[in-house]
Amino acid sequence: MHPAPSLILFTVLSGMGFGLLVWLGLGLRAPTGLAAFILFGLGYGLAGAGLIAAAFHLGHPERALKAFSQWRSSWLSREAVLSAATLAVMAPHAAASVFMDMPLPLLGWLGAALALATIFATAMIYAQIRAVPRWHHWSTPPVFVLAALAGGAVLAAQQTLALWLMLALGLAMIVHWVLGDQRFALARSDTGTATGLGRLGRVRLLEPPHSGRNYLLREMVHVVGRKHARKLRVIALVLGVVLPVIVLLLPAGYVIVLIALLAHIAGMLAQRWLFFAEAEHVVGLYYGKR
Amino acid sequence: MTTLPPPSTRKLGLVIDLDTCVGCHACVISCKGWNTENYGAPLSDMDAYGAQPEGTFLNRVHSFEVTRDAAPPMVVHFPKSCLHCDDAPCVTVCPTGASYKRVEDGIVLVNETDCIGCGLCAWACPYGAREMDGAEKVMKKCTLCVDRIYNENLPERDREPACVRTCPAGARHFGDLGDPQSAVSQLVFERGGFDLMPEQGTRPVNKYLPPRGRDTLQMPDLASLCETPATSQTADTQASGFLGWLDRALEKL
Amino acid sequence: MPSQPAPDLSPQVSDEVRKTTCYMCACRCGIDVHMKAGRVAYIEGNRDHPVNKGVLCAKGSAGIMQHLSPARLRAPLKRVGPRGSGEFKEISWEEALQLATDWLKPLRDTAPEKLAFFTGRDQSQSFTGWWAQAFGTPNWAAHGGFCSVNMAAAGIYTMGGSFWEFGQPDWDRTKLFLLFGVAEDHDSNPIKMGLGKLKARGARVIGVNPIRSGYNAIADDWVGITPGTDGLFILSLVHELLRAGKIDLNYLIRYTNAPYLVNAHDGAEKGLFLRDDAGKPLVRDRRTGRAVAWDSPDIAPDLANGIEIGGVTHLPVFRHLADRYLSPDYAPEAVAKRCGIAPARIRAIAAEIARVAFEEEITINQPWTDFRGVKHATMTGRPVAMHAMRGVSAHSNGFQTARALHMLQILIGSVETPGGFRFKPPYPKPPEAHPRPHAGHSPGQPLDGPQLGYPLGPEHLLIDDQGQPKRIDKAFSWDAPLSAHGLMHMVISNAHAGDPYEIDTLFLYMANMAWNSSMNTSAVMDMLTDQNEDGSYKIPRIIYSDAYSSEMVAFADLILPDTTYLERHDCISLLDRPICEAEALADSIRWPVVAPDRPGHEGVRPFQSVLLDLGARLGLPGMVREDGTPKFKDYADYITNHERRPGVGPLAGFRGADGTGKGRGSPNPDQIARYIENGGFWIDHIPQEAQFFKPWNAAYQDWAVSRGLYDSPQPYVFNLYVEPLRKFQLAAEGHGHRQPPDHLRARLAETMDPLPVWYPTFTDAITDRADYPIHALTQRPMAHYHSWGSQNAWLRQIHGHTPLYVSGSLWAQHGFAEGDWAILTSPHGRITLPVVRMDALNAHTVWTWNAIAKRRGAWALNDQAPEAMKSSLLNHLIHELLPPKGDGLRWANSDPITGQAAWYDLRVKLEKAPAGQSISYPAHKAQSSPLPAPARDLAHQVKE
Ligand SMILES: Nc1nc2c(c(=O)[nH]1)N[C@H]1C(S)=C(S)[C@@H](COP(=O)(O)OP(=O)(O)OC[C@H]3O[C@@H](n4cnc5c(=O)[nH]c(N)nc54)[C@H](O)[C@@H]3O)O[C@H]1N2
Ligand SMILES: Nc1nc2c(c(=O)[nH]1)N[C@H]1C(S)=C(S)[C@@H](COP(=O)(O)OP(=O)(O)OC[C@H]3O[C@@H](n4cnc5c(=O)[nH]c(N)nc54)[C@H](O)[C@@H]3O)O[C@H]1N2
Ligand code: SF4
Ligand code: SF4
Ligand code: SF4
Ligand code: SF4
Ligand code: SF4
Ligand SMILES: [Mo]
Repeated sequence: MHPAPSLILFTVLSGMGFGLLVWLGLGLRAPTGLAAFILFGLGYGLAGAGLIAAAFHLGHPERALKAFSQWRSSWLSREAVLSAATLAVMAPHAAASVFMDMPLPLLGWLGAALALATIFATAMIYAQIRAVPRWHHWSTPPVFVLAALAGGAVLAAQQTLALWLMLALGLAMIVHWVLGDQRFALARSDTGTATGLGRLGRVRLLEPPHSGRNYLLREMVHVVGRKHARKLRVIALVLGVVLPVIVLLLPAGYVIVLIALLAHIAGMLAQRWLFFAEAEHVVGLYYGKR
Repeated sequence: MTTLPPPSTRKLGLVIDLDTCVGCHACVISCKGWNTENYGAPLSDMDAYGAQPEGTFLNRVHSFEVTRDAAPPMVVHFPKSCLHCDDAPCVTVCPTGASYKRVEDGIVLVNETDCIGCGLCAWACPYGAREMDGAEKVMKKCTLCVDRIYNENLPERDREPACVRTCPAGARHFGDLGDPQSAVSQLVFERGGFDLMPEQGTRPVNKYLPPRGRDTLQMPDLASLCETPATSQTADTQASGFLGWLDRALEKL
Repeated sequence: MPSQPAPDLSPQVSDEVRKTTCYMCACRCGIDVHMKAGRVAYIEGNRDHPVNKGVLCAKGSAGIMQHLSPARLRAPLKRVGPRGSGEFKEISWEEALQLATDWLKPLRDTAPEKLAFFTGRDQSQSFTGWWAQAFGTPNWAAHGGFCSVNMAAAGIYTMGGSFWEFGQPDWDRTKLFLLFGVAEDHDSNPIKMGLGKLKARGARVIGVNPIRSGYNAIADDWVGITPGTDGLFILSLVHELLRAGKIDLNYLIRYTNAPYLVNAHDGAEKGLFLRDDAGKPLVRDRRTGRAVAWDSPDIAPDLANGIEIGGVTHLPVFRHLADRYLSPDYAPEAVAKRCGIAPARIRAIAAEIARVAFEEEITINQPWTDFRGVKHATMTGRPVAMHAMRGVSAHSNGFQTARALHMLQILIGSVETPGGFRFKPPYPKPPEAHPRPHAGHSPGQPLDGPQLGYPLGPEHLLIDDQGQPKRIDKAFSWDAPLSAHGLMHMVISNAHAGDPYEIDTLFLYMANMAWNSSMNTSAVMDMLTDQNEDGSYKIPRIIYSDAYSSEMVAFADLILPDTTYLERHDCISLLDRPICEAEALADSIRWPVVAPDRPGHEGVRPFQSVLLDLGARLGLPGMVREDGTPKFKDYADYITNHERRPGVGPLAGFRGADGTGKGRGSPNPDQIARYIENGGFWIDHIPQEAQFFKPWNAAYQDWAVSRGLYDSPQPYVFNLYVEPLRKFQLAAEGHGHRQPPDHLRARLAETMDPLPVWYPTFTDAITDRADYPIHALTQRPMAHYHSWGSQNAWLRQIHGHTPLYVSGSLWAQHGFAEGDWAILTSPHGRITLPVVRMDALNAHTVWTWNAIAKRRGAWALNDQAPEAMKSSLLNHLIHELLPPKGDGLRWANSDPITGQAAWYDLRVKLEKAPAGQSISYPAHKAQSSPLPAPARDLAHQVKE
């Protein structure tokens, strides 16, 4: 799949934002006043920025409201509904924390649950897509959820929590990669099944339908070199998990948190780039590409 | 309406005969012509006369080569458009309800005025049957020419998809695949029609007919076809040779 | 039930449908042009049209994009920069026509042959030929010489008609169909429709082609023959059929010259027919043993035995034929290696032909009477049909290969019988019924007759007393005696060389001669721009009519811009290449469904009307009245009122004052209106009893006369043995007063054999396998028409470049990988192209698409367009002359009999290009475009 910058930014940033909101809602850290302003601001800001980035991906952002209508079947719609609900439900809690130094735990918990659900919904947008076997797997939501929670925990300066979540995230990423590498084969789709000609012999694309480009190729067929991918996986793991974990083991401090955060974000951007770039859509079979 | 309707009894779709398709792209362009002028926004072409033209097409013809162990390689031309799946994942992922499957005939459509151009439905389609229009930024797909097949402004005989009407080789058939008695269902039955990527669980309505056996001409015994074989290699004058045969044959005329 | 959107299921399709004829190629399908608000909104096939019955190909459906192409010319252009640069200024029509008149008038008055007028893709050859004849120049021809004259001439000489416009397989009845060397053909849609019918019936299709794509991809059996060897393969099939006695003796006796007695005695008469005093060929009657006229009643012509008269032996044609093809030289084992086909497959195919022809014969209960007056109760057919085109034709042995194919069909009795091959009116028409070529010119006078024709012996050659060619292209000279369509591909090089003489004005119409229709393209561009010492051009003047900004435009001094096909009248005439079907006579028109419209510019005019205007300004006979005023207002007026012979004009339908005349009748002022009313065409079905056996069917002959196809019945028999060829051979052997130059004797003797022969293509014969081991071919893409598809926004996305398709074994041998480029080298050029692997390809062959490559700056395309960056023409590798043999002569790269350009003889060397190759070579300097750059994006919809 084409690693669109807007989607990479969206999933990483809004994920972290909602992750932070989870912790703020749960009251693991219950800031008030200026601290609350900064933290809630950060949570809302990241979530919002992510959503805006995502809107850039839309052909018709002005119709975005319509995306709230299909929550019964569409994970994208659910994500929209849940994120809006999160932000709405969380708002009194946030406002009360900032302005009245009085968190509203019930709303906070509800908001946290909604934020978590939002993150899960985001993950499910990808995980539901059977045509991308690498995504269509139970290991996709854990990566998204753990990344969001870990990032959120760093933002919330919950060093210990962040540390454990980071470790879990690292594990989830590795599992997602290793199992993901077998997904395409397990899906049993090949040029033979794509064309139905497999029973006649070995099938190979002779000529694509058009010598000109098309949307499908741009959007869904992105070939990354294996060597390239290996290198990036290491980078993602080191920056996104290993480095933050090491830094987080150091004594608490804002500088520490900042370093961990920046490394983690960079790592997550790499991970997300790979998440898209490495995902092979079965439509590539019609174009002699995977 | 993004949830799928209960399965309709009428399932309109195409049957494409891979034994007959010569890969002429006629269906591709007639589709482009009809749908540029009709349903929704025109199908645009970006950089139309430039270095990297990229246009929207609802139907494209690929070519595959099949190599075989004991027979010469084959080339199969392979047209592909939306298969109007019974379990259409493109519909259920759509957040706006712009994508829907029609209750009465199973045609999968995009209501362009509701489409936000998120592209998710195209991701969900295993077949590459949906393309985002570069100019209009809405999702485009085969409409099964819904604005032809019911069009009261068209004479009865023209109420079929543009691609079917135009196919010079007669490789495309349109009909109700929900009716086992229909001509298309019969064709699928007789010729062993199949689904593309059944493992994707989409249950396509469109079917493909396989190429018939190729390069099967067996060497018959030419001599067995002859009453009096003219066996000689040269036109000698011997009665046993070609001339002898010719003489006898001429006598019999 | 959940609610769902309610799209408009019955939109208004159009305000009006205008029915005309497609011209996105020469197949001439009927189209329904849907108009909205006076603009073209949508084009689909006309269901009632005899050619396409509603279907339309990709090009046809994309007609709207051609009509709106940004490459359309907008005004007459006068060259201001150097030739080839593309620098022009727009001028008025008055100025353009005055200029042309000023150039041409002195020529006509002093030396009309100094005008060479050649036309490419047009369909109005009878009109342009008539104009050129009135002008008085012998130097006129259309594109047939570089196209498929081998096929046409071989068909006419052998059986009075050939494939495409001459005839077609009996698609409804054929049970076995063999297709030789066809990628697309002129009969584009009918062939596809026909193949579809065969497939629906489960009839077997055998494709003989080095490349298995398109039609050959759906062939049940594929014969991946080595290029240039079809003749040998076909003669091997003939060998097998003869050996098995699977030939239709009755048919041969009744309808062919198989029984004609041929003089076997060395000397000036050798190989000629034994004739009676009236000139009638004689046959041996088996009952009496006497030689009698071939058409005597109640005889039993002998095919086996000859007679001796005065010590001279005369053997029947069939005896010569059997003698030759039963030779072990033609046994499957003997030809297998050369053809690249296993002996068992050759046998299997021969057996299948025999089985279907003789075991599955079909009978139609339709009585008919032959020209001898014999009544037949039924029509019996042998349902084996064949079709061939340029894969056979475009070789230097193509004429004889096509002859071999026709002989094969005739031997099994499948021509003009149900299930076999059928002629389309006005064919059948034997060579005798065609005119002879003419070149008698004199100042201020029309030519002494039509330029093109069918010579019946050396006496009809267009050479002077010194043996020098009278035509600029050397057609009908010893170089190419039967060049029935002229040699368009030799015009520029001969004019440049002043050989056989210099010309003044080259006038081209609808032919991209500076690019894809010339051999040796780069050199041709040099010839067109080459100057004398005084700075004048070697070819002094070039006038050209194109509708679009093609490569050729850049090389002209004066451009007469044509309209698009939706903006003008055209006439697809019986005098020309009509749209007839085997069962019907038919012709059609185009008419301006929209008016030409080039806002802000002088505008364009239909070329034919311009030509009439020019003719009137020049005072050409037939184009002016007594008082010198123009006779025709425009081309529509000509179509309606011109008469070729009394009562016979360009259109056959709705003739006579009351519009009921068919084929014959006085001009009808309402004729064009009647055509438009009728859907743009006219059709007249052949009576049932006249549907088959046309050359010999009395009812057909009478019907043809009644329709004006000829003025008296013209029954004839097929020429298995072509006596005129023998006459040229005799000359080569030293007989007769017109003698060929010595260097051509051996070649003429070898190739102008009256019975089909096979010889290796000239390129094969002189090429060392070690130097140039590979055959290189082009194929026509179904979705493009020659050079003009690329300006079409829809079509150019399908084929925007020309990959080189490389066989699996060559791919492995050269270690190619995806993304690599190849260098192709021939003895005189090299090109580079990106490679694609293709296994379903003859192992020693590579190929690419024809005419997609473009010169930068042409066709209003961006300079970086893939048509220029990732595409090349094989034409750069093909020379109009063969490489020097060391005999001091350069031999033409053409068929020695017809002059047909031998495009597919090409042999090359293949190499992997060094890594980093990313653009194609040769890269010519860009031409500047007389048009503005088009808008980048396109989303065309005619909103009401
Ligand atoms: N390598 C290789 N070369 C080949 C061949 C091959 O097989 N291989 N095939 C050969 C054959 S068979 C042929 S017939 C030739 C064809 O070659 P050409 O006869 O040169 O055909 P086109 O390239 O189509 O060029 C026709 C010109 O007509 C112009 N035109 C189109 N429509 C109109 C119109 O309405 N009015 C006017 N006035 N002009 C118009 C186009 O713009 C174009 O410039 O190519 C030959 N060249
Ligand atoms: N779409 C489209 N239609 C066209 C045209 C076009 O440009 N586009 N051009 C028109 C014109 S002008 C013409 S002349 C016709 C030509 O129509 P075709 O005759 O179909 O033309 P080509 O594409 O030249 O195809 C030649 C075929 O012969 C094969 N071939 C080459 N050498 C040999 C050989 O030695 N033996 C055998 N058996 N096969 C061989 C090639 O592989 C190729 O498949 O098409 C006309 N129709
Ligand atoms: S129009 Fe028919 S023959 Fe041509 S590509 Fe389409 S399906 Fe195949
Ligand atoms: S083919 Fe693709 S777009 Fe069409 S219904 Fe099936 S999944 Fe949806
Ligand atoms: S692109 Fe349009 S139709 Fe497709 S899922 Fe998004 S909103 Fe629905
Ligand atoms: S049914 Fe209509 S929309 Fe669908 S591919 Fe055919 S022409 Fe295009
Ligand atoms: S074959 Fe195609 S381009 Fe040619 S006349 Fe017919 S529809 Fe037009
Ligand atoms: Mo041609």
